Amino acid sequence: MPMLGADMEAGTLVEWLKHPGDPVKRGDIVAVVDTQKGAIEIEVFEDGVLETIVVQRGAKVPVGTILAHIRGTGPAAAIVTPAATPTPAGMPRPAVTPAAPAPPSARARVTPMARKLAADLGVDLARVTGTGSGGAITHDDVQRAAQAAPAPVDRAAAMRSAIAAAMARSKRDVPHYYLSATIDMSAALAWLHAENEKRSMTERMLPAVLLIKAVALALRDVPELNGHWVDGAFRKGPGIHIGCAISLRGGGLVAPALHDADHSALPALMRNFQDLVARARAGALRSSELSDPTITISNLGDQGVDSAFAIIYPPQVAIVGFGRISNRPWAGAGGIEARPLVTATLSGDHRATDGHRGGMFLTAVDRWLQTPEKL
Amino acid sequence: MTPDEIRKVIVEALSKIAPEINPASIVPGVSFRDQLDIDSMDFLNFVLALHGRLGVDIPEADYPRLYTLDDAVAYLASKTGSRPGT
Repeated sequence: MPMLGADMEAGTLVEWLKHPGDPVKRGDIVAVVDTQKGAIEIEVFEDGVLETIVVQRGAKVPVGTILAHIRGTGPAAAIVTPAATPTPAGMPRPAVTPAAPAPPSARARVTPMARKLAADLGVDLARVTGTGSGGAITHDDVQRAAQAAPAPVDRAAAMRSAIAAAMARSKRDVPHYYLSATIDMSAALAWLHAENEKRSMTERMLPAVLLIKAVALALRDVPELNGHWVDGAFRKGPGIHIGCAISLRGGGLVAPALHDADHSALPALMRNFQDLVARARAGALRSSELSDPTITISNLGDQGVDSAFAIIYPPQVAIVGFGRISNRPWAGAGGIEARPLVTATLSGDHRATDGHRGGMFLTAVDRWLQTPEKL
Repeated sequence: MTPDEIRKVIVEALSKIAPEINPASIVPGVSFRDQLDIDSMDFLNFVLALHGRLGVDIPEADYPRLYTLDDAVAYLASKTGSRPGT
């Protein structure tokens, strides 16, 4: 059971999408796990063959529990636990509870609406009988199951307490420093409006995407903010994976990653961001998106705040906050004029960096936003 | 399309984004953002849903004309060639 963020302690295996004997490739989705963040698709990180399933559907197990064994083409791998004991190449570990191979038709298909409803109502999809085409579980099936089921899990309450635990730990363990800088968005917005005018409706971009890209590029200049604090030392991130804090209807939030955001062209980044927000709100994120952000952005501009000083999400070492972009007085070359401004903030882990580096980072974000055509 | 039909399309699009809303509770003259907790991504999806459903092309400069229910009905009626008063 992978750790899908510092605030996760356990998860429930909802569905196996691969069965013993199935070949798997790195990046394949093998299972769906239910957490307080919704249904998460579990990816594999190795090529090989799914050997045995250890955790059966419906079971709730703590983080670190082996879910299944994969016979790798390289060293054998267990899904998915950093604590797993390495096994000799090509040798599957003894299975705890070998599962009989299920015929492919036994795999429950679930409509996205049904998955969302099940997540909202706390219904275990493993216990729902599908009546849709090909036995797919439909919205109505979930509703029937919810009425028949005992008291549903209060997902919002579970998420609240998970956030409480993670944030309390951060404030207790992480010595935060806070910086802010006001950035002139005239050039960025003028460029964006001109660009959007040329684009079809479905290809238009939001200002938030420019902010995300500017942060990603600025992290190349100040890589000390991009990574994790592990075992008393900073570990540089393997890429620039920007966690985007996304608020959920009904309360709570998740901060899944936009992978390698510094390498994505703006239109691709916009599409990925749109997709990420939609899936976060539908409760359909992937394990890697939750487990590997190397920094987080919290954009509270839509809520009308001027600035947001956020709490670091451990083991990350920094979080960037944005307030709203609004017209405010700005002293330019021609005197005082109204310009669209945004306040960018940085909360940094003082164990990993000092305010000096943090300041250089905010300056770099500003610099990138002054040349939007280069983003 | 009549203004009533357009209103129905708008409310459907909003309900997809904010499933918890009660369509009857939408105040016609108050911005969706203020009464429905709609963020910029939600609003973008709302505009795209209207585009998909009504087949109208909406320039970005016109987005503010979709901020309230009354304004959106009037704007989309003009774009779709709706008969007034029906």
